[in-house]
Amino acid sequence: MALNALFRVDARTGLQYHRDAEWLMKANAVSGVVFLLLGGVLALLVSLTRWPAVHLLNAEWFYLVLTAHGLDMLAFWIIFFEIAVLYFCASTLLRCRLATPRMAWLGFALMLIGAVTTNVAIFQGESSVMFTSYVPMGARPPFYLGLILFAVGALIGCFVFLGTLVVARAEKTYEGSIPLVTFGALTAAIIAIFTIASGAIILIPTFLWSMGLIHYIDPLMYRTIWWAFGHSSQQINVAAHVAVWYAIAAIVFGAKPISEKVSRTAFLLYILFLQLASAHHLLSDPGLSSAWKIFNAGYFMYFAVMASMIHGLTVPGSIEVAQRGKGFTKGLYEWLRKAPWSNPVFSGMFISLIGFGFLGGISGVMMGTEQLNMIIHNTLYVPGHFHATVVIGTTLAFMSLTYFLIPSLFRREVAFPGLAKWQPYLFGLGMYAFVLVMMGAGTLGVPRRHWDIGFAGTAMPYEFPGAAYLMLGLVGISAVLAVIGGGIYIFVTVWSILLGKRVEAGGYSSARTPLQMAPVTPALEVHGGGAGAFAAPGTFTLALVFLVAFVLYYFINWKYLSQVWGLS
Amino acid sequence: MSAILPPSNRIWWKHPLDKVELTWIAIAFVWSLVLFFMMPYWHVFGKQNLSNEAYRISAESYQKKTQDMVDKFTVRTETDQNIPVVHPPAGSDVYLIARLWAWWPILEFENGQSYRLHLSAMDYQHGFSLQPSNINLQVIPGYEMVITVTPNKTGTYSVVCNEYCGIGHHTMVSRLYVVDKK
Repeated sequence: MALNALFRVDARTGLQYHRDAEWLMKANAVSGVVFLLLGGVLALLVSLTRWPAVHLLNAEWFYLVLTAHGLDMLAFWIIFFEIAVLYFCASTLLRCRLATPRMAWLGFALMLIGAVTTNVAIFQGESSVMFTSYVPMGARPPFYLGLILFAVGALIGCFVFLGTLVVARAEKTYEGSIPLVTFGALTAAIIAIFTIASGAIILIPTFLWSMGLIHYIDPLMYRTIWWAFGHSSQQINVAAHVAVWYAIAAIVFGAKPISEKVSRTAFLLYILFLQLASAHHLLSDPGLSSAWKIFNAGYFMYFAVMASMIHGLTVPGSIEVAQRGKGFTKGLYEWLRKAPWSNPVFSGMFISLIGFGFLGGISGVMMGTEQLNMIIHNTLYVPGHFHATVVIGTTLAFMSLTYFLIPSLFRREVAFPGLAKWQPYLFGLGMYAFVLVMMGAGTLGVPRRHWDIGFAGTAMPYEFPGAAYLMLGLVGISAVLAVIGGGIYIFVTVWSILLGKRVEAGGYSSARTPLQMAPVTPALEVHGGGAGAFAAPGTFTLALVFLVAFVLYYFINWKYLSQVWGLS
Repeated sequence: MSAILPPSNRIWWKHPLDKVELTWIAIAFVWSLVLFFMMPYWHVFGKQNLSNEAYRISAESYQKKTQDMVDKFTVRTETDQNIPVVHPPAGSDVYLIARLWAWWPILEFENGQSYRLHLSAMDYQHGFSLQPSNINLQVIPGYEMVITVTPNKTGTYSVVCNEYCGIGHHTMVSRLYVVDKK
């Protein structure tokens, strides 16, 4: 059955690429990067407008560009790249032919047509409804149609991924269980299916409404179901980029999960509880009970937060164990000091991990608390938080993976290695600054999605404190830094793929080496059982620092809440 | 390369956990419980909670209720548009309309008194953002939210719209006064 499938072996890594899967991964990854480029240009325009001293665009263009920025980044860039990651985790990691490549191409075509349709609709005007497109504000029908087509295409991609797992199992391409990284990708795919179904349930009626075929869509119902799509799509990202972290730890260090059971259970907790998070967006809404809000926003006992805290320990922990196994055993942190900080695959991944936890994670739990939400709802704090999760977490992790994929998948050397070395630092640290000042502005009450906090021309303007203007100025400056960092990524990537030096590659053949189980590493076996010292003491101390920051910040916000008006 | 390979132990779920993971899981679990129980705790002991009171309502009837209040309790008007400033009695029902692109009317509260504040939108979704207190609530057309507010500081506050509501969104700003008890 698999006789016709052609594979090639990547000499450096031993990975085997199925030819059809290879082209699909390339097409999806490249499309993603094209939308990242577009979204990045729009990001610059948005932030230069919110920088009060520059205030670049007029109001109409600002809202238009902000709508396009949100969709191009959150939906199109990330999901295109995620489909490539899914195919990689199924076909390449399991050394299996990709199931139904033609269907996968159909999915890709639908996604591309959808993404272009929605962009055209936005840029034609009259569809500046933001990423959320809350009814009863309406966009033109092609806006919704494009999103629906894109979602259907992505759904096909998820099923191709699942199909490939089935094929791999049937054709016995691997021994034992699927690798942890593939398991993480499976988590992402399962969440994606739930997400896309929710999107269809709300966007299809909204599309019909925009054509006048349905007369009324309840705005609260829209918000509830839309967020089952909107927030869950960010949960796909979390599962996907955590899988990418594990993959990079394995690729760079040969790291192996400290315990398969713990890491897999943490992914399972994502599937069970992460979806509840859509309630985070409805905490200050009328008509939903506190019991409902607490149950859902609390992820039912915060099991999903616990899962992320576990990954936050086990990913660097697995690196520490691998490094200690190589002899970097001095003190608590020699393993980290001697890590390859000039390799962008590693540095980007580590900056992503720390930023996601400290900035995105802590702020996310704070704002996702029922009562605390009232002091940041719809302020600039919200985009501050999700740029930490989605840009520092997901986008930076995907960028790091790209530096691995350029030689392995695209068979080109990474061009301008000097630039590439600095790129994760410029982009990552620029984004660190960006999200911090955005959250700072949000705590001062600066609204999100707002063209002019000076309220020029209004009868009763509110005068924001000078600190808010300072913060917005810093938002602009740090955004420029991050955009330059993102620009370097695109420049290096595109140059490498088009003009980079070719990596000598073997030809294709139908021969395929079945995947064997990972070798048993003695270092880990010694530590198993819990008799001796901690396997990863350095990581544990870092985790404790995280915990202290988390606890302090969380209770500071309760203190802050206790000082506002009485509300009941 | 191992997280990208099948687990070395076929029955990986029987592999004993390391102490570092067990300890961290225990810590994370306890912290998660604290996070979870803070919310019900605050409902009992905290003074800043959202009510669960909300109604479905049409824009017309909400408009009418607001107009009745304005007719009864207006004390003066402000700006060129003669926006009424309403000083309702303590403890009463107070209505605020959100619409493209204004808040109506202007409210005047007494410090330390409680009011049943009603919020609803006439057209699109809006965001009630009280500055500089930074209290933020979602305002949804077709729904009337009722929340009891107790101002704790006198002064001139602003009500900013912080839910994007179209091209004039950034001009949707009004005032709210908190004065000393008479």
